[in-house]
Amino acid sequence: MENGNIIEVKGLTKKFGTFTAVDNISFDVKKGEIFGFLGANGAGKTTAMKILCGLSKPTSCEGYVAGFDINSEQEKIKHHIGYMSQKFSLYSDLKVWENIRLFGGIYGLKRKDIAQRTEVIIKTLGMQDWKDSLVGTIPQGWKQKLAFSIAMIHEPQIVFLDEPTGGVDPETRRKFWEMIYDASEKGITIFVTTHYMDEAEYCDRVSIMVDGRIEAIDSPKALKEKYRVNNMDSVFRILAGGALRQ
Amino acid sequence: MYSIEAKNIGKSYGAVKALDNVSLQVRKGEIYGLIGPDGAGKTTLFRILTTLMLPDSGNAEVEGFDIIRDYKAIRKISGYMPGHFSLYEDLSVEENLDFFATIFGTSVAANYETIREIYSQLEPFRKRKTGKLSGGMKQKLALCCALVHKPSVLFLDEPTTGVDAISRKEFWNILERIKAGGVTVLVSTPYMDEASLCDRISLIQQGQIIDSGTVDSIVEKYPYLLLSVSGDHIYPVLKILRQVKGVVSCFAFGTEHHVAIDRALITAEDIRHILTENAYADCVVKEIRPGIEDCFMQLAAKK
Repeated sequence: MENGNIIEVKGLTKKFGTFTAVDNISFDVKKGEIFGFLGANGAGKTTAMKILCGLSKPTSCEGYVAGFDINSEQEKIKHHIGYMSQKFSLYSDLKVWENIRLFGGIYGLKRKDIAQRTEVIIKTLGMQDWKDSLVGTIPQGWKQKLAFSIAMIHEPQIVFLDEPTGGVDPETRRKFWEMIYDASEKGITIFVTTHYMDEAEYCDRVSIMVDGRIEAIDSPKALKEKYRVNNMDSVFRILAGGALRQ
Repeated sequence: MYSIEAKNIGKSYGAVKALDNVSLQVRKGEIYGLIGPDGAGKTTLFRILTTLMLPDSGNAEVEGFDIIRDYKAIRKISGYMPGHFSLYEDLSVEENLDFFATIFGTSVAANYETIREIYSQLEPFRKRKTGKLSGGMKQKLALCCALVHKPSVLFLDEPTTGVDAISRKEFWNILERIKAGGVTVLVSTPYMDEASLCDRISLIQQGQIIDSGTVDSIVEKYPYLLLSVSGDHIYPVLKILRQVKGVVSCFAFGTEHHVAIDRALITAEDIRHILTENAYADCVVKEIRPGIEDCFMQLAAKK
């Protein structure tokens, strides 16, 4: 990672039988940047993301994530990244502190470190009054802040956020992006997927996948200039509008 | 007469008030949007209106039929596409469609015209197991199954959640054509930008309807002056402006910030002045018309 890249991927391909879900993609993510990973449904985003998180083996690929080889060090990758999605993040029938303890344990933190970090998370978020509440009973905005903090409990250098703001109210969605900015300012790399094109504008760089390939990768500003449009929604429509897969 | 009329509906799950005194009126043949985030109560209202659940209080009618007394009549004339995909994954595309047609005492052939346009895209895959379809295809099949008995009212619970921007657009084009066929459509969505595609909407948050009407009528009522602030690297501007007296709210909207100000306390010129003082002289400050997201945030904050 001497060159400042936290992800470097060359020729990533994933086939399921005769179907090529991800077709020979290559890209880098710089340390500390907010990287938006966009694409239409079925473009291959989820498949690629699973490989980057060490959850699935590529058919062929060279590269590393957080300093570990994508082919041979998947377990190490899992330990050194954070992950959060809207669909699955916390257990609603466990209390706030129990969720923190559970995930701390899963990431292999020592008991005394978990206790110390629980205190820091609760204090930083100002959740003292919610500490003993079941997660299912706390407001959505708090749940999200908690899930994001827990995804970083083991101090990863990179966090993967899979549609973190789907179905969230407009204010909570924006406050969540403010948390992303704050994490990014501390040097944590953010790798994020979203269907909200206004959120694509908040990224330092975005890639747009179409039919298993990366069709474009650049800053939102450069992409808008290249396609002569004034928002990312239009860029997305131009690129993904030609998709063959449904 | 309204196609759907709900009066003072209340529903609690234990201590959680899922719906709190909810009323709405949907006219015949319109697309009516129920817009709000997860957990607002949208699905509970759909279940009550489709007679799958009883309200604790209040009453409602669908096409003049009472949701309790006439539940059987309502089931015959309603199409319902639940938020969770709920077709049989181990049946083929055509088997699912046949199954739903038969349940409603009709056949695919008898109502083929109603679904022809959507179903024609699925026909190449009609022998495929439903579980093996892509997300977009599943969504279209679910819509066909909800339409196969020619309902006069269509209930669509979050049909576009998790769907990409292009497929969402396509789905709304289909809804326009269903509407043109005279069907009343009640559709829920967490995507605020879909509000403009509905004839009228209700905004819902934490079990309460916070406003209803056309998008224009809701925007008209916005009580503050709304400014857009644009420029390079303006994230820190959020925190600066939130400290300013007279600034009601300040949030990022894509490349801009939207700043709501109280006209009695501060002007756009004051904001320009503050930005210049803080070394953001290059920022462009413009007065803008609020969008439905701005309105939702203002109304939700008031609650």
